[in-house]
Amino acid sequence: MKKFSWRGLSIIIFICVTAFYLAPLAIPNLPEWWAKNKLKLGLDLKGGMQILLEVDTSALSTADARGAVDQNIKIIRERIDQFGVAEPSIQKLGENRIMVQLPGVSDFEAAENLIKQTAMLEFKVVAQPDEAKRVLDQIDSNITANLENFPALAELDKQDKEIMADSDSLGLDETQSGVFSSLVRPGEMDYEVQYDSVRLMQELLADSLFHQMVPAGWQISLEKADATNIRADRILHVLSSAVELSGADLARAKMEYGSSTSTDPRTANKPYVSIEMKREGARKFERVTADNIGKRLAIVLDNVVYSAPNIQERIAGGRAQITGRFTSSEANELAIVLNTGNLIAPITPASTSIIGATLGSDSIKSGSMAGIIGLAVVMLFMLVYYKVGGLLTDFALVFNVGFILAMLTAFGGTLTLPGIAGMILTIGMAVDANVLVFERIREELDTGKTARSAVDAGYNRAAVTVWDANITTLIAAAVLYQFGSGPIRGFAITLAIGIIGSMFCALVFVRSLFDTFVLTGTKKTLSI
Amino acid sequence: MRLFKNTNIPFVGMRKITYTISIILILASLVGLVVRGLNWSIDFSSGVAAKVDLKAVDSAVEPVSIDELRNVLKVNGYPEAEIQHVGDVSAGTFMIKIKSRATEDAISNHTRIQIMQIISENFPQHVAGRDINRDVIEEIYEVGPKVGGELRTNSLLAVGIALVLMIIYIWFRFELIFGVMAIVALAHDVLIIIGVFALTGKEITIQIIAALLTIVGYSINDTIVIFDRVREDLKIRRKEPLEQVMNFSLNETLSRTVVTSGTTFITTLSLYLFGGQVLNDFAMAMCLGVIIGTYSSVFIASNLVVDVTKATHKEKQTAQHLNKRR
Repeated sequence: MKKFSWRGLSIIIFICVTAFYLAPLAIPNLPEWWAKNKLKLGLDLKGGMQILLEVDTSALSTADARGAVDQNIKIIRERIDQFGVAEPSIQKLGENRIMVQLPGVSDFEAAENLIKQTAMLEFKVVAQPDEAKRVLDQIDSNITANLENFPALAELDKQDKEIMADSDSLGLDETQSGVFSSLVRPGEMDYEVQYDSVRLMQELLADSLFHQMVPAGWQISLEKADATNIRADRILHVLSSAVELSGADLARAKMEYGSSTSTDPRTANKPYVSIEMKREGARKFERVTADNIGKRLAIVLDNVVYSAPNIQERIAGGRAQITGRFTSSEANELAIVLNTGNLIAPITPASTSIIGATLGSDSIKSGSMAGIIGLAVVMLFMLVYYKVGGLLTDFALVFNVGFILAMLTAFGGTLTLPGIAGMILTIGMAVDANVLVFERIREELDTGKTARSAVDAGYNRAAVTVWDANITTLIAAAVLYQFGSGPIRGFAITLAIGIIGSMFCALVFVRSLFDTFVLTGTKKTLSI
Repeated sequence: MRLFKNTNIPFVGMRKITYTISIILILASLVGLVVRGLNWSIDFSSGVAAKVDLKAVDSAVEPVSIDELRNVLKVNGYPEAEIQHVGDVSAGTFMIKIKSRATEDAISNHTRIQIMQIISENFPQHVAGRDINRDVIEEIYEVGPKVGGELRTNSLLAVGIALVLMIIYIWFRFELIFGVMAIVALAHDVLIIIGVFALTGKEITIQIIAALLTIVGYSINDTIVIFDRVREDLKIRRKEPLEQVMNFSLNETLSRTVVTSGTTFITTLSLYLFGGQVLNDFAMAMCLGVIIGTYSSVFIASNLVVDVTKATHKEKQTAQHLNKRR
């Protein structure tokens, strides 16, 4: 180069930066620090799961609330890391929302449960059969007296009475017991709720009015559903409501697999969670087991009973097993949740999306196919229509596509389907700045100017238009970024990068190529 | 090669005809919007949308018919489910949509899990041999009412603010009247495309909103290039009436307008033809948008500037009036 020029320098930087960020896509085996700057594919292209969680901080003070969301994010991240998802993305959105993206995950239910699980672990003593009967009878008569508070039960009661009214035999028009006990029937050791009534029972258990019906000092809880048989009946336990031990007493939890030769039928050949208690927890556990020999101790997680083993002897050392009808992934999740501790504030999922891997890869294929075809046709057209100018534009176009991908990588953005669409559009629109300039150069040539002065005049005049046109679009992109959310934001970023890239390509890159390769000597004609 | 050289098409003279065409299109859109309304996707309302591939691995198994699927869902408690084929009937892929019945803000994965259960229980042969999570489900969206409503408000707010800021920029660079008319032309484009969606009953998804925004950007781009030329020509041709200057500028920029629209249209068309299922509606909106955006820049925005200026200022002063800033 004859002399130093800012334009030349900027082009060199432009090419280097683009090459730096695109290299990881093309070359395998790059060093770690380089390869990690690889363009990420959005969930819609890769497949996976996205959950938007809303954190309920209403119960906390303002200062605590701010910390709670961050703390929750930390806990969720820990859980996901232990679950083993590659490249998860966990972001805070606005004041109290968390966006979790799990690319490549296919066990959606497990992932979702893992994230939102609160895992309030409690150990409670199970009521003796006679106590349990008394508690249930009490609930039954309380409910019968306050039937107007439980419309669903009142409806059932009405149906029962109609059925009974059809009976001919005397004395059967009054049902023997209340409507609540008709949902529960005595089983081998505990009570059972039929599959059809489980939903109603769950609603009751979640109802605060129902809790007033339960005698003080007691609570009733369902046992965990059998993962292998969803239509199975559910066991209902009556528990003493005193918390003997809680999750805070836990030191660590681990998923284990019982050996097939084990003599204990609860762990033989089955997954379970072994827990180890802190020193203080171990002491408490010892005391509880000593005081309740012969009774059963229920391990309750989020108000669901996981198992209720018999206490046969006083247990020291603070080791226990949570058995139950686990699948191995459930046991694994439970161990993770017990280890990572509880979420500070409750979360509820506000939206989820799941994209299968097949759809994603199909979308990439057809999206890039459309892009390549579009690009090829436009390039061919430019070449035919503007000859040398078109050739230069074609170079610039290819660089522009590269630049968009490179900048997306640099800003840690992800390539999504709307992003690919945005890029294809940018191809169409990127030629615009060049078209403006070339049309202007043609006009200037028509007025009889030399090639060099026509190019200069064309660029100078068209530059104003290019700036005006692109700044308005840039305003639109900026606003969309600021006020839009999620996918709209991604689109705005692609659009803005595309605009900046195409302006640079047209006004600096192509211009330089013109100056360097076309306008050599004092040529009069210009093939444009 | 040149397509247009020294053309003199009476764009301004044709404005009565093009106004009529635009008014008819806008009226049709409004009728569509009022009568049929917009079909907002699950993203903006709430509920569950699931795309499932029920093409059996074993080719001897009869393919699932849409009525069969509808019936199964109806029997299992989802009579309101909307079901459509995705792509070719032989692809065996269906879109199931269930608008939310819940009124609370949070979603529960209950509906989603139930649907998956119903499908795997009722179509065992079609699911057999494949992982239901990985291969049968192509995508599932589940959106709570709060998020859906917010998304709709935010998107509309973003578009509104973008339009206002663009008016201000154009006002600053040109004259207020140019800015206002550019935005009128934009509203015209967006209204017509939304009208097409209302009339055809196609869904307004997030992608369609993105398409509308691109059209806004594209159309304003087109309009500004023309206005820029008008601004320049007004300085050179001070003596001529505004109509003549405007027409001259439109002819001067015609070649650029056609080339740029052409290349953009080629890419959107290739997106429509080869971009696959997911991008189909998006590409359709874009194709329409390029055509309407170009049309409105040439025939509506500039002509409205002429007419409004003529109505508010005396003929003689018009050119100077629009020229005063630069």
